Amino acid sequence: MIWYVLRRLATLVPVALGVVTLTFALIHLVPGDPVVAMLGDTASPADIAGMRHRLGLDRPILVQYVDFLGGLAHGDLGESISYHQPVSRLIAERFPATLELAGAGLLVAMVIAFPLGFIAGAKPGSAGDVGSMGFAIVGISIPHIYLGPLLMIWFSLDLGLLPLTGRGGIPHLVLPAVTLGTALAAVLARMLRQSIIQVRDSDYMRTAVSKGLSPTLALFRHGLRNALTPVVTLLGLELGGLLTGALITEIIFSWPGLGRMLISAISARDYPLVEGAVLTFALTYVFVNMATDVVYALVDPRVSLR
Amino acid sequence: MTALRRNPSLAAGGVIVLALVAAALFGPSVAHNNPLAIDLTRALAGPSRAHPFGCDALGRDVFARVMWGARLSLGISVSVVVLSLAAGGLIGGCAALAGGRIDNLVMRVVDIVLAFPGILLAIALAAILGPGLVDLAIALTAMGWTGYARLVRGEVLSLREREYVHAAAALGARPRRLLFRHLLPAVAGPVAVQATFGIGGIIGAEAALSFLGLGAMPPTPSWGNMLDAGREFLLVAPHLTTAPGIAIGLAILGFNLLGDGLAALAGRR
Repeated sequence: MIWYVLRRLATLVPVALGVVTLTFALIHLVPGDPVVAMLGDTASPADIAGMRHRLGLDRPILVQYVDFLGGLAHGDLGESISYHQPVSRLIAERFPATLELAGAGLLVAMVIAFPLGFIAGAKPGSAGDVGSMGFAIVGISIPHIYLGPLLMIWFSLDLGLLPLTGRGGIPHLVLPAVTLGTALAAVLARMLRQSIIQVRDSDYMRTAVSKGLSPTLALFRHGLRNALTPVVTLLGLELGGLLTGALITEIIFSWPGLGRMLISAISARDYPLVEGAVLTFALTYVFVNMATDVVYALVDPRVSLR
Repeated sequence: MTALRRNPSLAAGGVIVLALVAAALFGPSVAHNNPLAIDLTRALAGPSRAHPFGCDALGRDVFARVMWGARLSLGISVSVVVLSLAAGGLIGGCAALAGGRIDNLVMRVVDIVLAFPGILLAIALAAILGPGLVDLAIALTAMGWTGYARLVRGEVLSLREREYVHAAAALGARPRRLLFRHLLPAVAGPVAVQATFGIGGIIGAEAALSFLGLGAMPPTPSWGNMLDAGREFLLVAPHLTTAPGIAIGLAILGFNLLGDGLAALAGRR
């Protein structure tokens, strides 16, 4: 087990380094001059050269890269052009709000998905199955950018039940979390249904039922745990969608997280901040994926043997 | 016909996708209003006979804009999927045939691109490349090719152990002939399923990028930037978000159902 975890940790290093390199390459190598973009076409060559020097962009690309890696090792991501503050501090301020939103979205997804998937999988073909899967196909198809405004119209503007935008207590969290969690709920419910249908066919379930357990009870006692394994895997894979979904949900609900800061940094041409924010999202995803794998190995000892 | 009745996903998805294609091809001529014509006297007007989906904040006809949006959305997503498929298929197929170090290196690169969650890579690229439809397509392709590379590589790896492929190789077929004549055609089924889902995914991603101001720029009508513009008028003119929102949802739903249907069809064989 410990070897598995260590081996999994070791694979993290090249991927993380690759992510850092690709992010750096995106900002520094893709055609289009960030300095010209920042200052506008009318800027004088002297201004452009000055800005380039200030940002260290006049040095050889390899030197910039090594410098970037060195800074990163100390948690130094440079200084934001629009905020005049260290990028790392800005990220530390905003990222908790994004994580809060993503966590709430995950919770909503599971709260919706588990009962629906269970109802659908326990009696395939029943009205409950058709209803749950109908919800699932709509939930997968409805985009965040429409679901968000729709929920705002219903629950904030028409019914006045929940706040429209911003971050505060639980009430502020409800609509963004539902907006974010619905698509994931739909995917998970479909997966859980499929998984339960498979488990119901297994020998140990037949044994449990023939011993006299009711099918539902047998499913609860013996089947559910096994049915959840593929769902956990899928959950890990879908967390990336949850992170970028959070980014878009932040824009819809004016949620003061890192996603909203990234988008405003893009329009302000604040490249150090863009770089830092993109890196934070990507590395978080890499770490979360690794954590999912490790948790998965803890839950299912067969994994570490593979 | 009976096949369609036994496979309702395929039927429903097919109908929605056909309707969408018809909207993209003929919608702009059916909607005789100019999608860019500004008329402030009609600003935020609700649905009427002359303007079935109402008018936006500048008095432009929402129906015409949704139809032009269909053309843009479908045009971009199909080209992105075709490009991603060509690039990913070629890279994945070659990696599988080459094997060894090359395969390892290519799959590492795929892992790294896949380490960028969701549409983050497209957002980052679109931010650097600037707004515009070609740049948008490049950004979405850069994000999309990896899935096809993985799929084609996996399929080729398993297919090349089949007897007919061994036989062709024994007869002296070159790797290129093997790839194009024997392997890629066999991969077509699973790839078609994934590409169908992929079009739906790219429609959503394109809408999201345009919504964020990183895709199609106003006044070009795109469902994403229409939704963005409509958000300011949720209270007074909800039809501004309803029309493009339902269009995006239906388009994604159509391709998802069609993908489900195709998967069921391929699975039965």
